Amino acid sequence: MVAIEYYVILSAILFTLGIVGVLIRRNAIVIFMSIELMLNSANLAFIAFARQYNELNGQVFVFFVMTVAAAEVAVGLALMVTIFRTKHSIDVDQLSSLKG
Amino acid sequence: MSGYGIEDLVYILPIVFLLVWALVLVLVEAFTKRPDVTMLLAAFGLLAAVTLSVIQFGTEATAFKEMLTVDGYAVFVYMLVLASGLLSLGLAYDYNRRMGWARGEYYILMLFSIAGAMLMASAANLIVVFLALELLSIPLYVMAAFVPNDASSEEAGLKYFLLGAFAGGFVLYGVALIYGATGATNLMDVVAAALGTNSPVMLLTGAALILVGLGFKVALVPFHMWTPDVYQGAPTPVTAYMAVVAKAGGFAALFRVFIAAFPSVSADLTPVIATLVVLTLVVGNVAALAQKNIKRMLAYSSISHAGFLMMAFVTYGSALYADAVTSLLFYLLAFTVTSFGSWAVVIALEKAEGKGLDFEDYAGLGKKYPMLSAAMLVFLLSFAGVPPTLGFAGKFFLFRTVLEAGYAWLAIVGVIMSLVSAFYYLRVVRFMYFEQGDPEVRSEPVLNLVTAITVVGTIFLFLFSGPLLAWASEAVLALI
Amino acid sequence: MSLNLIFFLLLALIAVLSAVGLLASRSALYSALYLIINFATVAVMYLTLHAPFIAIVQITVYAGAIMVLFLFVIMLLGAEHIGSLHPQRWFLPLALVLGILLLAEAIIIIFTQPNLLPEAQVISSDFGSPKAIGELLFNQYLLPFEATSILLLVAMIGAIVLTKPEKK
Repeated sequence: MVAIEYYVILSAILFTLGIVGVLIRRNAIVIFMSIELMLNSANLAFIAFARQYNELNGQVFVFFVMTVAAAEVAVGLALMVTIFRTKHSIDVDQLSSLKG
Repeated sequence: MSGYGIEDLVYILPIVFLLVWALVLVLVEAFTKRPDVTMLLAAFGLLAAVTLSVIQFGTEATAFKEMLTVDGYAVFVYMLVLASGLLSLGLAYDYNRRMGWARGEYYILMLFSIAGAMLMASAANLIVVFLALELLSIPLYVMAAFVPNDASSEEAGLKYFLLGAFAGGFVLYGVALIYGATGATNLMDVVAAALGTNSPVMLLTGAALILVGLGFKVALVPFHMWTPDVYQGAPTPVTAYMAVVAKAGGFAALFRVFIAAFPSVSADLTPVIATLVVLTLVVGNVAALAQKNIKRMLAYSSISHAGFLMMAFVTYGSALYADAVTSLLFYLLAFTVTSFGSWAVVIALEKAEGKGLDFEDYAGLGKKYPMLSAAMLVFLLSFAGVPPTLGFAGKFFLFRTVLEAGYAWLAIVGVIMSLVSAFYYLRVVRFMYFEQGDPEVRSEPVLNLVTAITVVGTIFLFLFSGPLLAWASEAVLALI
Repeated sequence: MSLNLIFFLLLALIAVLSAVGLLASRSALYSALYLIINFATVAVMYLTLHAPFIAIVQITVYAGAIMVLFLFVIMLLGAEHIGSLHPQRWFLPLALVLGILLLAEAIIIIFTQPNLLPEAQVISSDFGSPKAIGELLFNQYLLPFEATSILLLVAMIGAIVLTKPEKK
């Protein structure tokens, strides 16, 4: 294994890319995928730190995060399907019936 | 299972009971399919949980291998959140039926969300903070989108979901950095490691990210982007619930994490937080001035109150620990009572398909329904911080604490912004009493009961401010 | 330049490129596929970090279940055609600039500050094994475990409530 700095930097890069994705994309599914990227990068950081500290807590936590991500995906995709049925679009810029 | 005992379960009995009760209700709903029954049972469950919480007051313990802390602070928030749940049920009772989409799952999801908020208040480990945040939020995503075939509601649900998931990502990465800095996620261990720290940078960054993430959740500026849309589009009882409980849970966890685990970091972050407070107060109040729809106006008002709540945090850095947390709890109480009251009035006037929500619809309310408009007047005055309301007491104690901590300028900003807020609150009053109109109001016993309770609460609890404050301070002692 | 480092840099490159691909792709379908590549790469990294169980769970749950669900929904909604990528004019450059600045700052801090990151500890041979994780999961982390199971139930209820039509 390689020095931990590299893993942390990689995780930071992926996290930033995830944030950029959320900010610049308009398709709700792609925004959500960017959020998954963010969660994934945090997971990477956890595993790297777990290795450093010889503590399995980090890995257990990643396990929980994956479960949470699965739960979020279920609900999020259900929401998108529902919207699509009503509006035939999941472009967030077109979701403007609430501007006031 | 080594190391667990029955006392673990006993300590967190309110939460466990609520969760088990919700599970039972899932089965009940599946077999009887009658939303009314589910709602009544949900209310009963909440009342039982309140009783169990009252019994807990006075204990100070950690449970489940230091995953949870049960102390006065947690119990205070439990009761606040459970009371919010009961009030929400009162608001939803008639509304859901009237709008034609009552479903039992609504109440079940709400119970789970309340349990999540309670867990957030009790969390002693960052893992639990994260999981509780999700347990609080995921039902809300669904509840916001609950109205079938309604574009606004579904849109509100999606936007709230994207916002919430984004926030969760920040919280998670913050926790990861703290884990990296200290090798622990348990708040006790984090404190110990932070004292002998060798990497304050990572600790600080992690704490800042958690602040950002929870800031999204409680709608601080500049993290408030879609909040008004969500509040407007979601069904009004859900909005009322969200406005209070998301804040209560978010602030409860925020305070516990920062004050318990990062005393030194709190001091460092104070200028940042002060900036956030000012931004939130200014943007929240100024934007509210421009609103014509009452739901949006109350949404921005809610954002500004998050700013006030955050103000309590600023004072922590100057070692006024007890007062800082006490003012937070007290203001939260004032906000809860007032907020639910105002939303009750909004529901009374709301008609199907989003009608009845503009200021013009309130015209002539004073003449035709004097009691209701008097109630609304009380709530608006409480929001603005005018005596003799609970809102005034909340702001008074908050500003006093801020002054004592040496942040006179912040208190002045707070007072000015309260004056600004009076403009848009009193605009509604103007419509109610000085404009002609013929409003229709839905008068329904449970809704009226909620309105009555909250009005009484707003005024009479003001008279009991002293004892309430004492109770809140007592609750705080264990925390520090 | 040890072999380990080269291997890591290769993986890191693939991970970053697939993430960029996710952002830049015009088709939601391709974005999903890029994300799968990203997940697979990260799973391999988990293996180098002595997290075999988590690596397998990553493949099974993330790439195998979650991404498949994404693909289902994308294909079901026909959402792969999403038109062009027109963010607000100033968002994209601003986001990129801020992102690069932030990263540069982070990298500088990481490499110049002493004692920022912990020292590598010696680990036991069954570190990251299912047995070790299971022991932690069911003893120390029982409460989060139960909370997670409730969370999954809530998500299921939520998803069904949202999408199942109410028969009147």
